[in-house]
Amino acid sequence: MKADSVVDAKGLACPMPIVKTKKKMKEVDEGHILEILATDKGSTADLKAWAKSTGHEYLGLESQGEVLHHFLRKGGASSEQKGQQIPVQPLEQFQHMVLTNALDGLILDVREEDEYKAGHIPGALHIALDKIESRAVELSKTQPIYLICHSGRRSEVAGQQLKDQGFTKLWNVVPGMMHYAGVIEKKGE
Amino acid sequence: MTVKALASGEVTKKILHQENVFVLDVRNERDFKDWKIEGASITHHNVPYFELLDGVEDLLPILPNDQEVLVVCAKEGSSVMVADMLSEAGRDVAYLKGGMKAWSEHLEPVKIGNVTGGGELYQFVRMGKGCLSYMLLSQGEAALFDATRIIDVYIDFAQQKKATITHVFDTHLHADHISGGRAIAEKVNATYHLPPKDATDVLFNYEPLVEGQTYTIGSTTIAIQPLYSPGHTLGSTSFIIENTYLLSGDILFIDSIGRPDLAGKAEDWVGDLRETLYERYKALAPSLIVLPAHFMIMEEMNEDGSIQKPLGQLFKENHGLQVENELTFRQMVTNHLPPQPNAYQDIRETNMGKQQPDEEQQRTMEIGPNRCAVR
Repeated sequence: MKADSVVDAKGLACPMPIVKTKKKMKEVDEGHILEILATDKGSTADLKAWAKSTGHEYLGLESQGEVLHHFLRKGGASSEQKGQQIPVQPLEQFQHMVLTNALDGLILDVREEDEYKAGHIPGALHIALDKIESRAVELSKTQPIYLICHSGRRSEVAGQQLKDQGFTKLWNVVPGMMHYAGVIEKKGE
Repeated sequence: MTVKALASGEVTKKILHQENVFVLDVRNERDFKDWKIEGASITHHNVPYFELLDGVEDLLPILPNDQEVLVVCAKEGSSVMVADMLSEAGRDVAYLKGGMKAWSEHLEPVKIGNVTGGGELYQFVRMGKGCLSYMLLSQGEAALFDATRIIDVYIDFAQQKKATITHVFDTHLHADHISGGRAIAEKVNATYHLPPKDATDVLFNYEPLVEGQTYTIGSTTIAIQPLYSPGHTLGSTSFIIENTYLLSGDILFIDSIGRPDLAGKAEDWVGDLRETLYERYKALAPSLIVLPAHFMIMEEMNEDGSIQKPLGQLFKENHGLQVENELTFRQMVTNHLPPQPNAYQDIRETNMGKQQPDEEQQRTMEIGPNRCAVR
């Protein structure tokens, strides 16, 4: 996995790996991927739990000998600095609307292409999070947009970016596809 | 405000003295759920240390003023940090020295009673894991039963008592903790005894336990009768000391009975377990004091910190001994098996001499609660 920057916490005992990671997280932008090098075995469970509680995404672990390489993606605005959140659309209700064709608006899936291809809601438009800013021009500002990702975190970030561009009718589906139980389609865009 | 370090032994004494302690456990939620410091006088609160990095203000209202507040983490580092923060916020707190790692390795000796010729029997209570081991002392000699891997504790204790450890016994091949039996026998040049049926795959020399044999500890002859009592493992052996004490290994506990599945053979072994408990043990004197190799819940502990009860009383109270119908018993045992201990396969292989983990790996293998019983 490729990281944007590295935190070296080798040889440091708990709580230092997380203290250093937290400090670095504050300096970087949303979506930034951090690689944390640690030798403390407890760092795996703790970083995962910490990421979960702070809204960052624990992407994975690679080990090389004694050294653990943890990868984390910095979470969106909802995590550390709580700004104005995109209004939340609870998944259950959303699912019901999709099922009964009662949904008025566009479903915008902001996950990575692989995730989208592996299964998405029929009719959902796909624009990965990192393309939202550049492709926002393709979208209509007058129709309601239901943003969805795996958990609701990336869709929140995408929503913030659209909001900055003047979109107002935005809904963030929470949680996202991870708990979506309706019909899905498994093919390309 | 001050921060003090409390050693595991001091915390143990507080628990034994029923002193109220508020444990602020700052490990992650999963570790806390898996195992923690337990005791009737202990109250817990779990907040991971990484949620306290920005401050401990939210915690202040829930910390009691009238009892010891003990901050606990895995290895001490995070608890020191949180304790310092609480101290700066104006609270007197303590942290657990060495963290749960040290807690898991603390052994508390509790005297069980005297034996012929001025001898003594001690129970070593491993609070953090529920393991119980025993030392029998008589006139300058000592025998050890189900020793844990924290072998220096026994060696130092024997030295204090001016005794030489001559015999080391394991009631069975342990799967929940690493036995210190072989290591200690090698270090002090004692004989290591194992039940041969549990030792078919071991890669070292040992003395096979034979039913009915007696051993001499010190100048007084003390009868240690091995009693073949399969069910937890195929070779599980109990010891009767001077017709007074029954070391029941992992076959019979105070509040529960042994689980027969650790080698993956629950169906096959449940019959042996039944026979051992309902026939062999039933035929023994009810006055025998049962001394198990584990305890699971703090309620099993007596006020003096020991874990012991007469066999006759267990036949009246232990739920595992009340099942008349054999089929019901089989179902109870096989349907209520708790999850197997962490790394139990690695632990068994270590106890057979097939794996040689270093100390850190041994610690990791043993982390977590003991799960040998069916309840």
